[in-house]
Amino acid sequence: MSDAPTADATVAPEVPVTAGTHEHVGADGTRDVANAEAVITARNVHIEYEVDPVAVRAVRGVDLTVYRGEILGLAGESGCGKSTLAYGLNRLLKAPALMTEGEVTFHDRTDGVDTDIDVLALDGDQLRAFRWDKISMVFQGAMNSLNPVIKIRKQLFDVFTTHRPGMTDDAMEERSRELLELVGVDPDRINSYAHELSGGMRQRVMIAMALALEPQLMIMDEPTTALDVVVQRDIIREIMRLREIFGFAVIFITHDLPMLLEISDRVAIMLEGQIVERGTAHQIYTNAQHDYTKKLLSSFPSLTGERGSFVRGGEDL
Amino acid sequence: MRYIARRLVIYAITLWAAISLNFLLPRLLPGNPADIMIAKLSRRGDVSDAQLESIRRLFGNPDASLWQQYLDYWGQLFQGDLGTSVQFYPSSVSSLIGSALPWSIGLVGVATVLSFIIGISLGMFAGWKRGTWVDHIVPSTTLLQSLPYFWVAMVLIYFFARENEWFPRTDGYDIWTFNNTEWSWAFAGSVIYHGILPAITIIISSVGGWLLGMRNMMVSTMGEDYVVTAEAKGLKKGRIMRTYGARNAMLPSIAGIGVSLGFVVSGFVVMEQVFSYPGIGKLMIEGVEGNDYALMQGVFLVITLTVLAAMFITDLVYGLIDPRARQNA
Amino acid sequence: MPDLLTHAPDPVDPGEAADAREDERHIKRHVNGKFLIGAAVLTFMILFAIFGPMIAQFDPRISGDNPVLAPPDSTYWMGTTSLGHDVFSQMATGARTSLLIGVIAGLIAVTLSILFGVVAGYVGGVTDEVLTLIIGVMLVIPGLPLTIVISSAVPGRSGLLVAVILGITGWAGAAVVLRSQAQSLRNRDYVAASRIAGENPFRVIGVEVLPNLLPLLTGQFLFGVIFAILGEAGLSYLGLGPTGSISWGTILNDANSGYALQSGAWWWFLPPGIAVALVGMSLALINFAVDEVINPKLRSAPLEARRLRKAKAEKKAIAKADKQAAKDEKKAEAQA
Repeated sequence: MSDAPTADATVAPEVPVTAGTHEHVGADGTRDVANAEAVITARNVHIEYEVDPVAVRAVRGVDLTVYRGEILGLAGESGCGKSTLAYGLNRLLKAPALMTEGEVTFHDRTDGVDTDIDVLALDGDQLRAFRWDKISMVFQGAMNSLNPVIKIRKQLFDVFTTHRPGMTDDAMEERSRELLELVGVDPDRINSYAHELSGGMRQRVMIAMALALEPQLMIMDEPTTALDVVVQRDIIREIMRLREIFGFAVIFITHDLPMLLEISDRVAIMLEGQIVERGTAHQIYTNAQHDYTKKLLSSFPSLTGERGSFVRGGEDL
Repeated sequence: MRYIARRLVIYAITLWAAISLNFLLPRLLPGNPADIMIAKLSRRGDVSDAQLESIRRLFGNPDASLWQQYLDYWGQLFQGDLGTSVQFYPSSVSSLIGSALPWSIGLVGVATVLSFIIGISLGMFAGWKRGTWVDHIVPSTTLLQSLPYFWVAMVLIYFFARENEWFPRTDGYDIWTFNNTEWSWAFAGSVIYHGILPAITIIISSVGGWLLGMRNMMVSTMGEDYVVTAEAKGLKKGRIMRTYGARNAMLPSIAGIGVSLGFVVSGFVVMEQVFSYPGIGKLMIEGVEGNDYALMQGVFLVITLTVLAAMFITDLVYGLIDPRARQNA
Repeated sequence: MPDLLTHAPDPVDPGEAADAREDERHIKRHVNGKFLIGAAVLTFMILFAIFGPMIAQFDPRISGDNPVLAPPDSTYWMGTTSLGHDVFSQMATGARTSLLIGVIAGLIAVTLSILFGVVAGYVGGVTDEVLTLIIGVMLVIPGLPLTIVISSAVPGRSGLLVAVILGITGWAGAAVVLRSQAQSLRNRDYVAASRIAGENPFRVIGVEVLPNLLPLLTGQFLFGVIFAILGEAGLSYLGLGPTGSISWGTILNDANSGYALQSGAWWWFLPPGIAVALVGMSLALINFAVDEVINPKLRSAPLEARRLRKAKAEKKAIAKADKQAAKDEKKAEAQA
């Protein structure tokens, strides 16, 4: 792969799964995704911020495939367009962002029936029904993702009343408590307000909420950034454990490349709105091709430590 | 509970300050206010003993120390004694206020609640519809805010009580049908009928402030993370707008009710005069016209007390709707 | 291309990056909009106050042999009162009184709010506690009733005195806003640095804090003026305004006691209220522009939404045109 400074030349092409060249079962237990099926495919995505006088191109022709059950890490410095891309996948772009080009297909599998959903064609009620049911999100800044003036219960119930209209209050209560317990939060916290919870607990509640409908894909946008290191570790472990149980795929967005290498099956590196390198975590770690990736790796001195024991270590789980 | 306790302390201090100010004001004014007032009164005719007595009460015994006068003043207050009115001799100031206060509180209370609801709803809508044609209408509400209450009252009277005789021009009830206040449906109807124009006046003049404040907060709130979360959850628009947007955006408006109330009070004091509404504002003006200091000051004190009470109630309500306030304060 | 890469608009947080680049444009847009209308109306009212009395054909205080309650015509542009005074002349003279009192009271209010609010917020500690309490008390005590009590006790009020009374009863709201802003400024690096370096606090307030509060101070001043003009109108209407002066409020007072409502003399009581409202609106519109400078979210969010709609519409139009072109091409091919 060329290291020429021109942006377009360095764009890492999305290698078809069948090629299988980089899909490799790592010694570290990286899951084999060579034979996996995609859960979402994005092709040639362009996203612009419609500002005067010239629109700013935040995402420029990105291809992205996420396979069922994998963790795809999306790394890059803040503002490289990684969050914008992720929000675009769920049609959550806020003004003035606009997806000007591209295709996003969600490969739904409900009760063993496979259906392809053209995400960009959804509108109104269809889009609302799609969100959270198929793709849920955990946002950065755990502080503000929860509505400060209504109880956790109501915010959990919100999900069920919208997506599972037939559910009784008792069933919702039971399910909500179950979810909280699942993420390691005392179920009685259902009566709490956001400000009564610690940052880590708030993020756990968000994860519980994201699990509520057992979605096939979870987008996590810097879910641990605002938390201290110990709590970060716990949350990451929780996510890994839950993924083992439920088998959802994750797009994990962070600027923390070492952490990403720990937890991801595959990693994509974004720079100025394009994916400049992608590969398995192992490949990226041992054999980074692009200058920018090397720079990112070298900027974390802590990486010299032995890797693999952080989260993956079986004894930890 | 700590929240309420802390607020109570602040209110107690404010109350003490307001009462002390009321005590000090006539004593701080240049010249000997008692003499000035007696001179003023004698210009209109003989000063009765009753008036002299009332003035003496108001300014205290001039021979006593200021501290002694202050203590006496508090002593009288605790007995509910605000002095005797000169204008309506021999009525006591407290009894005059007692019969006027319900009129004002009823009118201002109902009108303010209505104005708040209308303003908040329109503001929520305007904030939700940011970036559309609605934005161009929002600035025009500043015109409403700049209208003098009493002038709005005059215009309303001109168009709806004189040109079209849809509503009564003056008074709080039909004084020709009813000799006095009474408890009956007919009387209540008359009160409501007479209260419509004054209430509309208050609503017109104060709705713009609520609308604008709510709209601006709504615009800010819609950018908050929890609103994005709500959208990602696929919630219906109405629910996002109300439970996630408006529910949070209205908090500053509710916290601001107390301050705005001072503004409304200032407005309705003059407005009542235009409608000859038998409330506290009209009473105050009558005190002014008759150089009835005891009455004026009594009304001033009661208005301050009422505003304080209203602020306390909004504080309690705020504590109910913002769980954070209960903990932090 | 490399040049483009280094100098290309930074896609980092496009919202912000764009904001910075666009600030000038934004301000221009606002100068064109609300601000322009506000400034135009205000200028008109000021010009009216300056030149109105000069072009007025009658003495506002002398009725002479004017007709009584004459509706507006070419001689009496705004009609006459029940005593035969020319309303236009009174309005012009009243404009001077009302605006002057408004400006003076506004200045006094802003000065006091700086004295209490900024000092409380900046100095902090016990000073803050005490000043905040005073602000709180002044906030609760209703302004106009207090003004009424004070005014009624003072015989022979000059316009200046009325302005002073309105100024000292109307500063508390501004002080609250300024206090919280000063508090946050206090902790900014450059202010904290001067403070720690032991500079005279009043110098720091004057040099570092106040300039940063300027937009806010402008807004509070504008509100102070509105408040005072409204207050003066109310006081004068009650007969507690400046003695012997003509203001918009006194005209309304005369109109009321001269039974303008009952006799249907709309030309008598409508102009003063409209004038007060216009001045208030113009100041509020100017404040609108100031507000959006202070709180960029207020202007950026609606603006962004509008741009997005525009961009969407454009893209749709382009797509439609493309489709049409493709169709035409196919047709042409088929024909060929």
